[in-house]
Amino acid sequence: MTADIRELISKHGNLSVDVATLADEADLYAAGLSSFASVQLMLSIEDAFDIEFPDRMLNRRSFASIAAIQACVDELTADRKAA
Amino acid sequence: MDQQASLLDKLFATGLLVETGVQGLYGRSGVFEDVIARFDALVSRLGAFQKAEVLRFPPAMPRAWFERSGYLKSFPNLAGTVHAFCGNDQDHAALLECVAAGDDWTGGQKATDIVLTPAACYPLYPVIARRGALPEGGVTFDLQSYCFRREPSSEPTRQQLFRMREYVRSGTPEQVQAFREEWMDLGQKLIAMVGLPFTVDVANDPFFGRAGRMMKMTQREQALKFELLVPVNSEENPTACLSFNYHQDHFGKTWGIETADGAVAHTACVGFGLERVALALFRHHGLDVTEWPAPVREALWGTE
Ligand SMILES: [Zn+2]
Repeated sequence: MTADIRELISKHGNLSVDVATLADEADLYAAGLSSFASVQLMLSIEDAFDIEFPDRMLNRRSFASIAAIQACVDELTADRKAA
Repeated sequence: MDQQASLLDKLFATGLLVETGVQGLYGRSGVFEDVIARFDALVSRLGAFQKAEVLRFPPAMPRAWFERSGYLKSFPNLAGTVHAFCGNDQDHAALLECVAAGDDWTGGQKATDIVLTPAACYPLYPVIARRGALPEGGVTFDLQSYCFRREPSSEPTRQQLFRMREYVRSGTPEQVQAFREEWMDLGQKLIAMVGLPFTVDVANDPFFGRAGRMMKMTQREQALKFELLVPVNSEENPTACLSFNYHQDHFGKTWGIETADGAVAHTACVGFGLERVALALFRHHGLDVTEWPAPVREALWGTE
């Protein structure tokens, strides 16, 4: 479910367009995500999902789209769902 | 005794640096200052073709400029603010009592409108913005300032108050990137002229905290910062003596700097850590400057 992530983006992303109009694959940087906003978004996702991004995920690619963020969150919460 | 402490001890013993009891806060001898002045002059000769506008600021800047610069977002732990006594006679008496008793007397000190300069280029951007849109070819400035960073250390290369020489370019992305490319090349020539071994590597600033983790990674990913490193304290952890920084539109946006076409201006700077270069010279060529290799002496002092 990307609903939670969409809500965090609308709160912290400071985008130039409405998040609701963006496809899961849309480029968030092209939609106005600044590097400072992407850091705030990263922190809010860590808090919301109670996860910590490892260094290998701390790059622009991980936050390039809603789908990319969802993939990171899924990977970091995978063992939790299995348990 | 480890090697780091011993280089500092040797510098104290020869009087090149003067101990104060506070880590990273040192006096400098005439010889040390002469090396700094000669290297500074060499940078000027190498950079003369740019016809850069020279500006010098004291080692402090208005607190309002500092707050707007965004420094606190990234490096709250390194900043130094200037506080002062603002009380009356009664407060003065209480202060003196505290000092005499060895108690904390600083509680009543109030923040002034002055903050210590964290990097030589920080006071420049609002000044550029105030002049209006940039000329067609952009602008280039020549700066030098003592800078403050709150990071006490026993490594002589990490001082709390040190000088940074800079050239700063503002203009279109192409102009600014070309400037950085050129200086990455000239910087290597410069350090080779003074006989120092070096490497150049992509780098990141020491961004603070959890948010800082991602800022470090994205700065590296986008190759926004390069450093020219010289082994001083150790081979394993060479010291950044020069840095080549591309800020993209960060300062242009923050301060409203515009190019001639009305676009947000980009900026870049090349920084020369003057104490670090001097320390690298003493480390590699010896503590007696009269014994330094002839080509190095000639590069710095000319053919006297
Ligand atoms: Zn700078």
